[in-house]
Amino acid sequence: MTTLTGSGPAVCIGDDIDTDLVIAGRYLRTKDRSVWADHVFEDLDPGLAPRLKGAVLIAGKNMGCGSSREQAAVAIREAGVLAIIAPSFARIFFRNCINVGLPVLECDIPGCQDGMNVSYDSTNGWITVDGKHYTFRPVSPRMQEILSMGGLVEYWKRRLE
Amino acid sequence: MVTLSEKILGAPAGTYIDRQVDRAFCHDGTGIQAKVVYDRMGSPALADPASIYVIYDHITPANNSQTAELQAELRTFARKNKVNFMEIGSGICHQVMAEGLVEPGEVVIGADSHSCTLGALGAFATGVGASDMAGIWVSGETWLRVPDSVGIFLQGSLQAGVEWKDLALSYVSLLGMDGATYAALEFTGDAVLSVPMEGRLTLCNMAVEAGAKTGLFYADKETARYLARYHVPVEIQVPDNPAYFRECDIDLDALEPVCAVPHRVDTIQPVSQLHGTSIDQVFIGTCTNGRYEDLKHAADILKGKKVAVRTIVVPASVSDYLKAVTNGVAADLINAGCVIGPPGCGPCLGAHMGVLGEGEVGLSTANRNFKNRMGVGASYYLCSPSTAAASALTGEISDPREVV
Ligand code: SF4
Repeated sequence: MTTLTGSGPAVCIGDDIDTDLVIAGRYLRTKDRSVWADHVFEDLDPGLAPRLKGAVLIAGKNMGCGSSREQAAVAIREAGVLAIIAPSFARIFFRNCINVGLPVLECDIPGCQDGMNVSYDSTNGWITVDGKHYTFRPVSPRMQEILSMGGLVEYWKRRLE
Repeated sequence: MVTLSEKILGAPAGTYIDRQVDRAFCHDGTGIQAKVVYDRMGSPALADPASIYVIYDHITPANNSQTAELQAELRTFARKNKVNFMEIGSGICHQVMAEGLVEPGEVVIGADSHSCTLGALGAFATGVGASDMAGIWVSGETWLRVPDSVGIFLQGSLQAGVEWKDLALSYVSLLGMDGATYAALEFTGDAVLSVPMEGRLTLCNMAVEAGAKTGLFYADKETARYLARYHVPVEIQVPDNPAYFRECDIDLDALEPVCAVPHRVDTIQPVSQLHGTSIDQVFIGTCTNGRYEDLKHAADILKGKKVAVRTIVVPASVSDYLKAVTNGVAADLINAGCVIGPPGCGPCLGAHMGVLGEGEVGLSTANRNFKNRMGVGASYYLCSPSTAAASALTGEISDPREVV
């Protein structure tokens, strides 16, 4: 299950973060999810991974561009990130996040800084950052359904029953 | 007033649809992750095994026992469920699918970001991740948002020494890495019929580097000529006055050889300005530029000469490889000092074969040069096969127009 509302401290990263930077190709050949969480963002900033538990990731535009590796979304989720907020996402990464039950919120938060307190409601489409209010267009009802079930595994399990 | 995406998907841009998938493919890397998800779904019966392809290309032959075990698991799954399975050495999934397995008008989904390559055939082809692939295995369908389209209007003709790859790098730079996010690119305009299939595959391959969902060419006489050799029937697709939300005009005569410089694919410089940049390794291959015609362009420059730096050539598919052997292209490359690897992705993803060391500089015909992708601490320039070959001869980035 994934909760579609939450709050936590912001961890901010830049524009055009590609999936090679999220999880490097050298860590892909395993089924062990903890490996991906351990090495998440290693090539971007090795100090980032330990700060992700319970955090809301605030990314720049075109978050998750590049390779289709779903391990990127899994790594971020397994590292404990509650949700990702970015002004725009690369589309495969966007799908992958929903499919693994990680809320993605398409919204620009200018001037966000590490540690600011972020609350969000991905169903109703609002975010507050240190008291400042933002709104965004929530994802489609189908995507919300997939998200709330924790991802595509549960979704197809139930639909095929 | 419909775009090719709207026509194939049967709904206007912006609509969410559930659509049956005509072909679904994955490779050794994404396939095993899809199988993990599939097992977590309870391993139900596959909806349509005949439409599913598993193609081994990424780390092939396996580089260590861990990879080998994962590959063995997926191989067993593929055989047991009677899906189409292509062993190591068959070639890169996108190229293998382009060799007669995809028809114009189909919906093709690949578990790889460069699945957009197959839009060159007039199919709607796009990439997804492992869970989506597993969902297609069990249901035969997927949800899609019908994309808006960007029209790329081509006119004129390429000058000698300039290749379709130079156009690909140029249009990505024009649009930017997220210039076409969620959208489809349609290649159109007066010069479109003059783009041969290998050029179309190169151009559509790089659509995702501008963030696009896919790149498309309308099926025309060239598509029919190309697919005739695979006995694939082609229904010609005619543009129906499509509405584009953005249009770009590109004059092919004005293009020159370019490189994408580290570490952004949308940051290009003319080769003439990079002259003298020294390089440690050249790589000619990948789903962008590993086809026979690409190897031939390189061989035409290298024939009878010797490379000055280590040069790795990896054919995109076994048929490209065989053609290069039959026509003497492979011998020209080997005599010039190139190393030829087995068909597949080769060094492209930095996992094995030809990984660069810290501080080294590589020149590659691939489609992305993200930081650390092809070796931690290395930097990578992207270029056409001719620029790669010309530079291999000198050991520094060189203009193919001056070497010929
Ligand atoms: S050649 Fe490179 S870009 Fe193409 S599918 Fe293989 S790893 Fe991906």
